[in-house]
Amino acid sequence: MSVFERRLLRDSSFGLTGKFLRISWLYVLLLGGLAGVGYVALYSAAGGAPDPYATKHILRFGFGLGLMLSIAMIDIRFIAKLSWVAYAGGIVLLVLVLRMGHVGKGAQRWIELAGMQWQPSELMKLALVLALASWFHKASWERVGNPLFLIPPTLAVLLPVGLILKQPNLGTAVITAVVGMTVFLGAGLRWWKVLVLIGGLAGAMPLAYAHLHDYQRSRIDVFLNPESDPLGAGYNIIQSKIALGSGGIWGKGFLQGTQGHLNFLPEKQTDFIFTMWAEEFGLVGSYALMGLLCLIVLGGVVIAIRCRHQYGRLVALGVSMNFFMYVFVNLAMVMGVIPVGGVPLPLVSHGGSAMIMVMIGMGVLMSVHVHRDVEFGGEEAGFGPRRIG
Amino acid sequence: MKRETQNSGVFTRRALIVGGVQVAALGALAARLYQVQVVEGARYATLADSNRISARLLAPPRGRLLDRNGVVVAGNRLNWRALLIAEQTADVGATLDNFARVVMLADHDRARIERDLRRHRRFIPVILREFLTWEDMARIEVHAPDLPGVLVDVGTTREYRFGPTLAHIVGYVAPPAEDDAEDDPVLALPGMRVGRAGMERVHDEVLRGRAGAVQLEVNANGRVIRELDRQEGVPGEDISLTIDADLQQAVLGRLGEESASAVVLDARTGDVLAMASNPSFDPSLFNSGVSQAQWVEWTSNRRAPLINKAVAGLYSPGSTFKTVVALAALEAKVVTAGETINCPGYLDYGDRRYHCWSKGGHGNLDLRGAIKNSCDVYFFEAARRMGIDKLAAMANRFGIGVDLQADLPGARTGLMPTRAWAAGRGEVWNIGDSIVCGIGQGRVQTTPLALATMTARLATGRMVVPRLTRGTVAPVAASMGVSERGLAMVREGMWAVVNEQAGSAPLAKLGPLNSPVYATAQMAGKTGSVQVRNVTREQREHGYKSEDLAWEFRPHALFVAFAPHDAPRYALALVVEHGNAGAQAAAPIAREIMIETLLRDPAGQVAPAKQAAK
Repeated sequence: MSVFERRLLRDSSFGLTGKFLRISWLYVLLLGGLAGVGYVALYSAAGGAPDPYATKHILRFGFGLGLMLSIAMIDIRFIAKLSWVAYAGGIVLLVLVLRMGHVGKGAQRWIELAGMQWQPSELMKLALVLALASWFHKASWERVGNPLFLIPPTLAVLLPVGLILKQPNLGTAVITAVVGMTVFLGAGLRWWKVLVLIGGLAGAMPLAYAHLHDYQRSRIDVFLNPESDPLGAGYNIIQSKIALGSGGIWGKGFLQGTQGHLNFLPEKQTDFIFTMWAEEFGLVGSYALMGLLCLIVLGGVVIAIRCRHQYGRLVALGVSMNFFMYVFVNLAMVMGVIPVGGVPLPLVSHGGSAMIMVMIGMGVLMSVHVHRDVEFGGEEAGFGPRRIG
Repeated sequence: MKRETQNSGVFTRRALIVGGVQVAALGALAARLYQVQVVEGARYATLADSNRISARLLAPPRGRLLDRNGVVVAGNRLNWRALLIAEQTADVGATLDNFARVVMLADHDRARIERDLRRHRRFIPVILREFLTWEDMARIEVHAPDLPGVLVDVGTTREYRFGPTLAHIVGYVAPPAEDDAEDDPVLALPGMRVGRAGMERVHDEVLRGRAGAVQLEVNANGRVIRELDRQEGVPGEDISLTIDADLQQAVLGRLGEESASAVVLDARTGDVLAMASNPSFDPSLFNSGVSQAQWVEWTSNRRAPLINKAVAGLYSPGSTFKTVVALAALEAKVVTAGETINCPGYLDYGDRRYHCWSKGGHGNLDLRGAIKNSCDVYFFEAARRMGIDKLAAMANRFGIGVDLQADLPGARTGLMPTRAWAAGRGEVWNIGDSIVCGIGQGRVQTTPLALATMTARLATGRMVVPRLTRGTVAPVAASMGVSERGLAMVREGMWAVVNEQAGSAPLAKLGPLNSPVYATAQMAGKTGSVQVRNVTREQREHGYKSEDLAWEFRPHALFVAFAPHDAPRYALALVVEHGNAGAQAAAPIAREIMIETLLRDPAGQVAPAKQAAK
């Protein structure tokens, strides 16, 4: 454990400058590189012009970066205190969106604010991670083994997942559940329980299918056989695969992608931005982008491992898992591995609110990194359970 | 601190496992990507190309129809039209309102436009108005700011400069039926037309040409981005007709208001110089669409403007047929050249009396005299002696009752009855039926084109075949194999009809012509008057006059002729429906037509130059 041995910092010796220097600038550089990829891809998606996507994208990233660095300066213990507040806020927003949200693609998901469409479910995922981390923060190995101790956090996961399913947004609900489960896992949930959970979820699949909305079912049906409806629901998947495949090893070249530029590719500036990239830069370019994404994901895991308090570890793991799930679902979707589900590629796809939500998460992650060595005051953090005896 | 260390250890192991799972998952996606981009790459590359490349056909320009002098009788005219691209205007309704204010737009036009707009995608142009005048276009240009999405472009449309004059021969084009498009994809192109009648139909495939193809890069909406490759089509070939458009116009003019038909043949080649059917119709109406009212007017008109009477009108040949009867009788040796037959005004056979048109009778007539006077009794007797089969054989050789293979759709064969024909219908053929056929009445039916062919064959003694399309070589007609002496006698009789004192058609005599070649040319001819219903004994006794009958019951007036009589060059046949007597109604018109024809003869026109050279 000597690698992770650090002196504990006292608040007095830990000013703003000190915090600033502790930020992982390498990690910031990786995020900047990803946003740069987004700029190039969006420049191409606009037919070789900075407008209407690319310029906005990089401005938003700049704003998001400021937000991230600001959040990184906030003491993680303060964030920890707000965990349940954030959770409660997220639940309120989810209820609100169900009552008065905008209906899009057959689901109520958005709240219009500051000229952008916000999905409270994005905020909810982060809040859930914070709340669970707060719950498990001081929990010993033995306590995590106690089923009674696990009931409140399980409910804390099921409530938002249920609300998101009601929108309905199957993809985000699954991601939320997986992210929540990752925190459980990090906290020391016994393996056999993990396996039971996974088995239970798998078993519930056919049951869930029966309760899905028609548009969701058609997505799954078409996913299983895209050619069954080449001009309808299967169109997206087929065109996406054609774009990927025709890119080949070296790609068609920057601005040369026919599938993207001739509009065969659906939603190429948002969900299918990776396809656009892969068509123009080929397998080589795709692998480079996937490598970058992989580094960002693993960077989060490394931050988690290097953190010296359980709260920070669980938060970092959850945030990094959330980012990974975005990446995985998006890539798997455009490659035709899982059904199409309206999940953007973080920091690459066009879209303001998603970008800002990702950067807020990254800010929290960075705050964990900056405050990796702080000492949490005993049982004080959050509304966590008091120790018995 | 122990608890913290324990938590840290568990967490680190599990975080490493989670990281490993994440890397493995991304690795699986990388493998999937390799499969799609590299292993199956070629297949998807092809699919991408078939996505973006759209092959479209280019409409070839339709070949023209020319008359024998190279005058264009069916050509292509530029058609300026106003189009609307819906996606380029914010408010389609307002644009249409403004357009209607600038250029007249009928309500049914507007309904059609709105239907087209609904049917097509928003970037596909919809035709607002065709056949814009310069004035229309100027007005559209001036009001362009009020007409977003409206553009003017040019296509082609079929133009029939002679309109009704050549309508029956040239025919017309119309939009293809849906079935047609299956045969030839080029027909599915907008603006394509197919020949629906006349020469447009006969030569449709040659005129149509072959479609070119253009390869276009299109986007997902089907909008054209750029042209990748272009193969020009083969334009339709021009077709030369034997018609002389000028003569045709003159002939139609001579027919005036009559429901009539006339055919002028080059008696040596069979070239149809004029083929008029009156009244006619405007063929260009079919191109743009015939209104219901117009259609009803055409089809209910008892003078049948849509029917080409020259090839589809069936008439008994009447007395014009006596020429062939005479020849058949000579060939069958049932009469001889010098033999006379007495005409008391009627022929009794069995229990029936067959009347000559001359109540008092013609007395003794030889063959020449019988033709000259058109004596019915002589030909009753000739037909009675030879029987129907010998007569029919000769008539068939002269084109009566046989398919002339005329290259015009709708041509009818007519009918020359025989005993076998009657037997096939389960009828008994009586001698009396043959007797009536001797004067071209009864069951015999033929067309003006066949009558003109008959006359040309009589005039030249050759198997002239009428033709409307000019080939590269003039056809050489074979000899008929009929005795020259017999032909000469018939021609002599026909000459007498027109030119001799007391001939039956003195009104057809040409007189001196203002032509160096044909100044003294004389015409030989034969009249015919065909009853369309039987004359009753009562009418005959009360001295009926056919002029008093209702129009549709009056006899048809016929005339056939050739000229010059001593070196036949042109043959004509004329039928004036319900015109009463051939000698009065048809002969003068035939004379004028023949004069027009002779004066237009190219030999006659170059002759003055030759004289000047001398």
